[in-house]
Amino acid sequence: MIVFAAAQLLPGDVGRSVLGRDATQEAVAEYNREHGTDRAAVVQYLDWVGGAVHGDLGNSLIPPEPPVWEVLRPALVNSLKLALYAFLLVVPLGILGGIVAGLRVGRAADRGITVAGLSLAVVPEFVTGLVLILAFSIWLGWLPVTAQWDEGAGPLTQVKYLTLPAIALAIVLFGYIARITRAGVVEALDADYTRTAFLKGLPRSTVIRRHVLRNALIPTIAVVATQVGYLLGGLVAIEILFNYRGIGLTMVEAAQLKDFTLLTAGVLIIGLVYLLVTLVADILFVLLNPRIRFEAAE
Amino acid sequence: MSLAVSTAPALVLNELEVFYRVRGRDRHVLRGVSFEIAPGESYGLVGESGCGKSTAALAIVRYLPRNGGVGSGSISVAGRDVLALGERDLREFRARSVSMVYQNPGSALNPSIRVGAQVAEAFTVLGVPGGEATERARAALERVQIADPGSVMSRYPHQLSGGMQQRAVIAMALAKDPALLILDEPTTGLDATVEAEVLDLVSQLQAELSTSVLFISHNLGVISKMCSRVGILYAGRLVEEGPVETVLQDPRHPYTVGLLRCIPRGGVRKDHGRLDTIPGFLPSLGEDAPGCVFASRCALADERCGSEEPPLAAVASGHESRCWYHERAQELPREEVADIDLAPVDRTGEPLIELSKLTKIFKQRGHEVHALTDVNAAIWPGETLGLVGESGSGKTTLARTLLGILEPTVGIASLDGDPLPTRYQKRSQAELRALQIVFQNPDSALNRRHSVRRILLRSLKKLAGLGGRAADQRALELADRVRLTERTLTQKPVQLSGGLKQRVAIARAFAGDPKLVVCDEPTSALDVSVQAAILNLLVELQAEQRVSYLFISHDLGVVRYISDRIAVLYLGRIQELGPADVVFDGPHHPYTEALLSAVPTVDGGGRERIRLEGDIPSAASPPSGCVFHTRCPRKIGAICEETEPPLVEVEPAHDMRCHIPLDELRRLQATVLEPVA
Amino acid sequence: MSTVAAAPARSEASVARRERMQALLRSPSFLIGAAVILFWIVCAILGDRITPFDPRFDQTNDLSQAPSSEHFFGTDHLGRDVFSRVLAGSRDILLIAPAATLIATILGTTLGLVTGYLRGIADDTVSRVIDAVLAIPLILMAVTVVAALGSRSVWTIIIVISIVFTPVIARTVRAAVLGEAGLDYVEAARLRGERSPYVMFSEVLPNVMPPILVEATIRLGYAIFAVATLTFIGFGLQPPSPDWAVQIVDNYQYLSEEWWTVLFPAIAIASLVVAVNLVSDSVQQVLER
Repeated sequence: MIVFAAAQLLPGDVGRSVLGRDATQEAVAEYNREHGTDRAAVVQYLDWVGGAVHGDLGNSLIPPEPPVWEVLRPALVNSLKLALYAFLLVVPLGILGGIVAGLRVGRAADRGITVAGLSLAVVPEFVTGLVLILAFSIWLGWLPVTAQWDEGAGPLTQVKYLTLPAIALAIVLFGYIARITRAGVVEALDADYTRTAFLKGLPRSTVIRRHVLRNALIPTIAVVATQVGYLLGGLVAIEILFNYRGIGLTMVEAAQLKDFTLLTAGVLIIGLVYLLVTLVADILFVLLNPRIRFEAAE
Repeated sequence: MSLAVSTAPALVLNELEVFYRVRGRDRHVLRGVSFEIAPGESYGLVGESGCGKSTAALAIVRYLPRNGGVGSGSISVAGRDVLALGERDLREFRARSVSMVYQNPGSALNPSIRVGAQVAEAFTVLGVPGGEATERARAALERVQIADPGSVMSRYPHQLSGGMQQRAVIAMALAKDPALLILDEPTTGLDATVEAEVLDLVSQLQAELSTSVLFISHNLGVISKMCSRVGILYAGRLVEEGPVETVLQDPRHPYTVGLLRCIPRGGVRKDHGRLDTIPGFLPSLGEDAPGCVFASRCALADERCGSEEPPLAAVASGHESRCWYHERAQELPREEVADIDLAPVDRTGEPLIELSKLTKIFKQRGHEVHALTDVNAAIWPGETLGLVGESGSGKTTLARTLLGILEPTVGIASLDGDPLPTRYQKRSQAELRALQIVFQNPDSALNRRHSVRRILLRSLKKLAGLGGRAADQRALELADRVRLTERTLTQKPVQLSGGLKQRVAIARAFAGDPKLVVCDEPTSALDVSVQAAILNLLVELQAEQRVSYLFISHDLGVVRYISDRIAVLYLGRIQELGPADVVFDGPHHPYTEALLSAVPTVDGGGRERIRLEGDIPSAASPPSGCVFHTRCPRKIGAICEETEPPLVEVEPAHDMRCHIPLDELRRLQATVLEPVA
Repeated sequence: MSTVAAAPARSEASVARRERMQALLRSPSFLIGAAVILFWIVCAILGDRITPFDPRFDQTNDLSQAPSSEHFFGTDHLGRDVFSRVLAGSRDILLIAPAATLIATILGTTLGLVTGYLRGIADDTVSRVIDAVLAIPLILMAVTVVAALGSRSVWTIIIVISIVFTPVIARTVRAAVLGEAGLDYVEAARLRGERSPYVMFSEVLPNVMPPILVEATIRLGYAIFAVATLTFIGFGLQPPSPDWAVQIVDNYQYLSEEWWTVLFPAIAIASLVVAVNLVSDSVQQVLER
C-alpha cells in the first residue's frame, strides 16, 4: 500500500513514461485507458488488491506485459538460492565467532572478532564484492566473475558461481550475528546459574555446553530472523554487481522503468517472505524458551 | 553421615586478604581476616553492605570475579589448603567438600533445564551413573520435604514458588554431604513464613548430617537463631567474634554496640526509646587509613585509635574484640539522646483518610486476580498506619489505589471527608500535594540526570507553587530539615549513597507539606544503620508537621516501632486492625500469630514456632470461606471453610476477622502451642 | 544532633565527564577512526584546491593509464586522474550522510518518545506501521521512494535516507523509553501533576540520551553505506560527480582491465565507513562503563 501511495505521488503519468517522450498524445491516452491508469488512484489500488487476493498479481506495465508472477517467480527462486547459500555460510560462522568472542571477553580474540566483524558489517556489499572479485576472479582466477551460468548447469556449478556473491553477503551479516551471540554468551556466563554449575564441580566444558550455550543462543535465534531482512536488502547490490537475475535486480529495473505493478507485487512478495521467516523464528523462540512454553507458578 | 570423620576444623581462614583490581589499582576488600569453624558448628558472618562478607564466601570456593584475587593468607577446608588446589582438585573439592546456597534461588537454577536434571547433576559429577543419580535426586528432594518430588523434578524452575526453589537448591547443596555448607543471604527476598520454613529446614538438616555451616547475613535476628558463634565484619576487618548469646548480650566493640542499638526491638517505640544511629559513612573501597577501621565513626575514638590499629584480642574465653577500649564499648555515647515529643493522635475528629469497601480485581490472561477485597480503614491526622502482609496480601495495591495510580473496581477513598477522584490525573493540585509517596528503591526513585537542587525546586514549584527566590529559600530549608548539606544540592543521585538518596526522596515528598505520605518499604533496601537514621527522620517530620503515614513493610520490628495502628493483610483482606501493641502482644488473629512467630528476633527465645503448611494460595483463586483456612493451625471446623468471617470490633479499637471469639483466642494463645512435628 | 555529612563524593559530574573523554582518547579504535574521518573532512572542505588535477574534467590525453609516479592512482577511460577524484569524492557523501542521520535522529527520537511513553492506540498503530515498513529491506524502500519522487538531487537522497532510517531509530528509542518509563521517578513526576510533554522531554529524554547517541553514530555508518549503495544501483548521485560510488558505477565493467579505477574508490569508501564504525564502537564502550 505504501508503495502504491508513493507511486501515485509521482508526477507525470504512467503511460507517458512507459511509451517514452516521443509517443503521440493519442497513443499515450490509449495506453492509459487500456491499463486503467487513467482512473483514480484508489480505484486502481483496490482493483489490484482484489486481483492479488485471487492470486492474480496483474501484469507488468512494460510491453510485452507478461503476467507479473511469470517475471517474479524465477527471480525469486534465484534470489532464494543465493540467500540460502549466504545464510548457511554466515549463521554457523557468526554464531561460532560470537561464542569464541564471548568466552574470551576482553582478550585478543574477542577484540579481534568484534572489531573485525563490526567493521566489515558496515562496508557496503558491493565494495566487498568488488574486492572479492578482484582478488579471487581477476587476480587469482579461482572463481567466475559474474553469476551467470549456462543453461542447465548442474548444482555444483551453480554453487561455484554463487560462492563469491554469497561470501560478500555473508560478510555483512557476520558482524551483527557474532555481536548478538557474544552478548548472549557474556550474559549467560555472568548469570547465577552458571555460578551454581561451576560450584557443583562441573568441568568448564560441561558448564558451557549444557548450561551456558542453551541460554545464550536464545536471543540469537530471535535476531537471526531480522537478519533475513538485511539479507534481502543486500541482495540488490550484489545481484547488480554480479549480474544475477534475482528479485533485487528485477525490482530495481522495475523502479527505473516505473513499472509499478511489478514493483508493488514484488514488495508484497518480499514482505511475505519476511513475515514467514519471522513467524518461524518466533515459533522456534517459544519452543526453545521454557519460560514461555510453560505457565509460571501461581 | 559426614565422610571424613576428621577432627580438622571444617574451615580455617588465616589472615586472609582479598583485593579487587579497579581501574588499575588494587583495593582491599578483606584484610587479615581469620576465623575457624569446628566440625558440626554453625558460624554466622554478619556485616552491612560493603563489609566483604560475600567476598569471603567467594574466596573460599575460589570463584572470585576476574579482577579479584587473594593477596595473602590461607584458606583450608577440612584440612585441605584450598588456594593450592590445582584445576582438577578444585573441581573435586567443589563437587564433594563444599556447597554454596545464595540469594535469589530463582536465578541460581538454570531456566532451561528441568529441576530434576539439575539436582541429579550434583550426583553425576561424583561419578554416580545416570539412572541412580535420578533416584538419589528424588530422595534428596524428599529429604527437603517436597511432597511429590516426581512432579517437581519434571518442572522448570520458574514453575516453582520461591520457597520450593530454595528447597531444591538446598537439596542440591546437601546431596553430597559436604564438609562445609555456605549460605549467603539465603532467605532475603522470601516471605516471612516461607523464610522461617527454609531456616527450620536448614537447622534440621544440619542436625541430621552434622554439616558445618557458614551463614552469611546482614540480619542479626536470623543469625542469632541459626548460629552458635558469630563474627562481625566491618570494612573488611573482623572486629568482634564470639558465641552468639555473648556477643549479642554483651557486645564489646563499639560497632556491634551501635548496630544493636539501630535495630528496632520489642519495647522500643518511636515515642519512647529512640533508635540510635551510627554517624558517618563506610570508608570507601580500598581506603587503607591508618589506625582502627571504625575510628572515623566511633564516639569513643581517640588519637591512639586513629594511628594504631588494635589487634583482635580476647576479652573473655572464646570472645574477641578488635578495640583498644573494649571494656567501655557499651558506654558508647548515644547519637540520638532525647526522645521525640510526639503528641498523641486525636481520633475524635474526622479521619484524614477513609477507605471504604475498596476492592480491586485485575484481569490477567483470563483469570481474575482478587488483589483487594472489601477493605475499610481510616487514618487520622498525625497517625501512622502500618500495613503488614506477605506477597499477595495486597498492601502495594492498597497504597497505589489510595494514590490514584490504580483504579478500584469497587469502593472509594476520601480525603478530609471528600471523595477523591479515582485516578490521580483527575485530582486537583491540592489533592496531589496532600498525598505523596516515598518509594522502596532510592536508585530508581530519583532522576539520575537531575541535580538534587533541580529535583527539589521542581517539586516545590508543582507542589508548593513556589518559584524564584522563595523556592531557593525553601529548598535550602527542606535540605536542612532532612539533614543534607548545601553541597549535596549540587550533586546528582549517582554520587550519593542509598541513605542520602532516600533523604532527598523524603524531602521531595515533603515539598508541598503533605498530609499523608505513603511509605512503601522505604528502608528495605538500606543497611540497618542507615535504616535507623531514616526512620528517625520520618518520626521527626511527623512530630513537626503532624503528617500521617501509611507505612508498608515486611519487617515487623520496623512496623511495630513506627506505627500507631497496624493492619494485617492476607490475600487482599484485612484480617486484623488495631493499635500496634495490642496487635503484637495479643490476643491476635491466628495469621498474625503465625507471622510473629516466624520472624527471628535478636532478643531470641520467646515464641514457639508455628509452622504454616503449604504456600500462600494464589489471589486468582482464593479459598472459599475464610481465606486463611487452608493454612490456619487454629481452624475450628467446617465453618471456616464455608463462611468468611466478617471484620468485627472484638474489643474497643481492635477489629478482627475470625470465627473464634476473642476470649477463646486469648485462652488458646496463652498456652504454648505444641510445636508441629 | 549532628548534621549528616555529605558522602565522600565518588567523583563530581564534571570529573566523570573528563574521565570519559580521557578514556575515549586512550582508545586506539577511537583515535584511528577519528583520524581517518578528520582526513576525509579536510579533503571535503578543501576539495578541488588540493587535488593535483581537476577531478571533473579530463585533463590529459593519457587515457586508462595504470598507476604511475605522475598519476598515483592512474587515470580512467576519460583521462581523469583517479587520485584527484578520490580525494574530492568525499564531499557529497560527507554532506548527505550526517544531514540525513541528524534528521532521522530528531524525527525518530520524537516518534520513539511519544510511542514509548504514551502507549495506547497511538503506539499500537504507529508500531504496526513501523513493523510493516521495516519488513521491507531498506534499500528497496529507498529505491521505491526515489522512484516515486522522481528527481535524483542531493536533497532527495537526504530525505529518502531520513525517511528510511527514522523507523529504525524510533524503535530503538521506544525500547529505551519503555525501560525508563517504568522507573519510580517517572511515577513520582506524574504524582505531582506533571503533564506528559514535561515528563517525556525533561525527565525521560535525558536518561535515554546515551543509547540515542550510540544509535546515531551507528546509523551514520549505515547512512554512508546507504548512499553508496543507492548510487551504485543508480538511484543516488550521478556522474560527473567525483563521488566514490559514482566512480565505481562508471568503471566496474572495466574491472579486469582497469582495476585501479575501481579499487581505490572502493578502499576510500571502506575506510570512511570503518572509521565511523570504530568511533561509534569506542563511544559505546565508554558510555557503557
